[in-house]
Amino acid sequence: MSDATRTSTATRNALERAWERASRFDPRYLIALLITLVLMAAQLRYHMVGGYERLLLTLAVCTATEALFSWFDRGKVVNLLSAYISGISLTLLLKPQGDALWPFVIGGVLAIASKYVLRYRDNHLWNPTNFAIVALLLVAPDRVSVLSHQFGNDVTTNLVIWTFGLIIAARVGVLHITLTYLLSFLLLNSVRAVALGQPVLPELAPITGPMYQLFVFFMITDPRTVVRGRRRQVAVAIAVAVAEALIRFASDRGWPLPIAFNAAPPLMALALVGPVAKWFDLRRASTAKRTDSLH
Amino acid sequence: MAVPFVACLALAARWNREPLGTVADPGHPGFALRDQTAESGIRFVHRRPTLDAKLANIEPHIAAVGASVAVTDVDGDGWPDLYFTNSRFGEPNALYHNRGDGTFDETAASAGLADLNRPGDGVSMGSIWGDVDNDGREDVLVYRYGQLALYRNVDGRRFEDVTEQAGLRRWVNSNGAIWLDYDRDGLLDLYVTAYFRDDVDLWHVSSTRIMHDSFEFATNGGKNLLFHNVGGGRFEDVTDRMGVGSTRWTLAAASADFDGDGWPDIYVANDYGPEELYLNDHGRRFVLAKAGLESESKSGMAVALGDAFNRGRLDAFVTNISERGYLFQNNNLRLNGMPEAGRFKNVADPQVADAGWAWGAQFGDFNNDGTNELFVANGFISADKGKSYWYSMSKIAGANGRLFEDARSWPAFGSTSLSGYERSRVYLNRGLAGWVDVAEKVGVSDDYDGRAVALADLRNRGAVDVIVANQNQPAVLYRDYPDSANHWIAFTLVGTRSNRSAIGAEVVIEATGLTQRRIIDGGMGFASQNDRRLHFGLGRREWVDRVVIHWPSGTTQMLQHLAVDRFHTVTEPRR
Repeated sequence: MSDATRTSTATRNALERAWERASRFDPRYLIALLITLVLMAAQLRYHMVGGYERLLLTLAVCTATEALFSWFDRGKVVNLLSAYISGISLTLLLKPQGDALWPFVIGGVLAIASKYVLRYRDNHLWNPTNFAIVALLLVAPDRVSVLSHQFGNDVTTNLVIWTFGLIIAARVGVLHITLTYLLSFLLLNSVRAVALGQPVLPELAPITGPMYQLFVFFMITDPRTVVRGRRRQVAVAIAVAVAEALIRFASDRGWPLPIAFNAAPPLMALALVGPVAKWFDLRRASTAKRTDSLH
Repeated sequence: MAVPFVACLALAARWNREPLGTVADPGHPGFALRDQTAESGIRFVHRRPTLDAKLANIEPHIAAVGASVAVTDVDGDGWPDLYFTNSRFGEPNALYHNRGDGTFDETAASAGLADLNRPGDGVSMGSIWGDVDNDGREDVLVYRYGQLALYRNVDGRRFEDVTEQAGLRRWVNSNGAIWLDYDRDGLLDLYVTAYFRDDVDLWHVSSTRIMHDSFEFATNGGKNLLFHNVGGGRFEDVTDRMGVGSTRWTLAAASADFDGDGWPDIYVANDYGPEELYLNDHGRRFVLAKAGLESESKSGMAVALGDAFNRGRLDAFVTNISERGYLFQNNNLRLNGMPEAGRFKNVADPQVADAGWAWGAQFGDFNNDGTNELFVANGFISADKGKSYWYSMSKIAGANGRLFEDARSWPAFGSTSLSGYERSRVYLNRGLAGWVDVAEKVGVSDDYDGRAVALADLRNRGAVDVIVANQNQPAVLYRDYPDSANHWIAFTLVGTRSNRSAIGAEVVIEATGLTQRRIIDGGMGFASQNDRRLHFGLGRREWVDRVVIHWPSGTTQMLQHLAVDRFHTVTEPRR
């Protein structure tokens, strides 16, 4: 065996061992790692956070709410990683009027509280960040906007985030959801653009933006709110993409939708489709369990 | 657990409806602004340009600037005149000569300043006035999407084109320019800001890849230029030598001695990028300062300088874009902490932070109470009220820069509005209690697409009138009616060792409990220039303890015991 072959084999083995080690981690640690990477890229390169007080406040509110509510609900404080992920997502996505801080406080409480209040058969139905942003855009559109433009609109940052995102999605076992949504988005929006006689590229362009990065890696793939079973997960991802395309079609036609629909179509689509799918999933699982126990 | 959850939703809904800032009624603002455009005889209507058909899909966006207004005194009769620019081929610019009785005559054609929008030369975007040759008459530079044009004031009635002789015949797609004397040699130098690259001819584009390549950090715009006035009516390009050739998409600039070292610095507001502050190193070069501006990338539209809280400092108000649900960039009110901390600090409260898609702004003491109010013009494109481009904008803004750098990639504007029909804001200054919008209360209710705002005491009666140039719409003159019980004082400065217009001179007044600084600007706000006379409101104070004048030459002059409620003409000491 040549030196080059030996080196190549050693490298491959090291990567495989790292991959194996990563698989033993709680997936939330990998997701937390990814969102921390996004945060660092956004802040260090483009100063996108808009003030460290926002970050600290949102993280504090999310983790404190999680600790308090879990203690109240279950008599113990649960792992706070999920609150950490919500806190960072909210910090990046919420852009308030006049640099107000209250949307981060309200958003943090809404995100975490939704997990304890909006439940069905002991499971929450909405991705917490998705719920908080949609709720704020619906009830306070005069005071809150959502990040819609890019981190510097350059390719390098995009490539880094997408590469790490896809690797971690694969390791967490949700890559099929991400890819299904991506392909559906590209297909449906191409069709929509052609149907409306609009250039295709601008319709596909938003997928490269940070709102979509956070959406495909942290919301639609949230392990706690996805349905069970690969095929169903694929079906739900397609349904979300279809709902989003319909929202965009309505916006293209100038239909009088609440501003939340026009400003954040994917977030609205997930907020509408996700909980319904999860509700049916939980109901089906419960029925199946009852049937099994009868037999 | 449901209780805090529901409470949060209810609170958010409530705060969405409640007025911004403090809810207390500001009481009577102490002034009224009355629309007296028609009575004054000002009938100027701006027309936007039409461009190369290859840019048709995005033309409303590219052609959304050009309405400007500058205050000057063309014939030196002591009554401020007004110059408006137009932006369509064949449409004339307008010079309104002040008759001193509240009315104006339009004299641009006879002055030779009307026909400046011609194929091959480009279309006007604005003008700045100053006595370039120190002959006692104010000359004018017109900046265009096209060639720069310098006109010499011959006799107070006629102007001659001296662009070629001055060495200024350059194609610059410019939205702004300022006069300043950066080397303190007594001659006005020229800083020209650029938006599109200088190889772009918007009527004959060879490529549609002319747009910005980032919404936050674009540096592919035109190059800003600094011209040194070498005397004899000639200028030389010293941009590279002086280090001020930013290629960000600059929309406005203003100059003042921010750090108190006696040399005028340059503050730049950039679209698609952070603001920039160039500190003047003793007239030898400019240094791009790290002054707390570099970390915030917004869409700077205008920069107005004024003493926001009577600290004896010139602070900067920079306008930006806000649109509900989509984008809150928030205006910046940056307190000048340069002398002690080397930084500016943004203290914009929610009221002044959101003025819609804000453009020109100016600080002025409309009620003569001794504190500055803020007038902000706003609104981008008012077309079909039922159609908004914001949804399309959100798609393009999320794209990679290579895509939207090409104008052809942008969704067609058609007849959509983009932040249209916004009403101007007038912010009353209540010090620590914050700012409150009193526009409707004082009589400002227009919803034109405002661009340039200039302030001048048009009838020499101790009041700050407001002139607004609106894009593709009529200009508006608001006459100021301040509380008559308040006193005021105003200064006309004549430079001797400094430039004759005294542009760059800073005046600090001290009266009982009041310290305030103002500057004679060589262009400030967006596409505008204010009255060369400096007006200070005094409230109920019946005397001024001390007046300190910092002349551009470096001379400091102190005056005492000046009478109030009148103009004072001060000539710079020769030694």
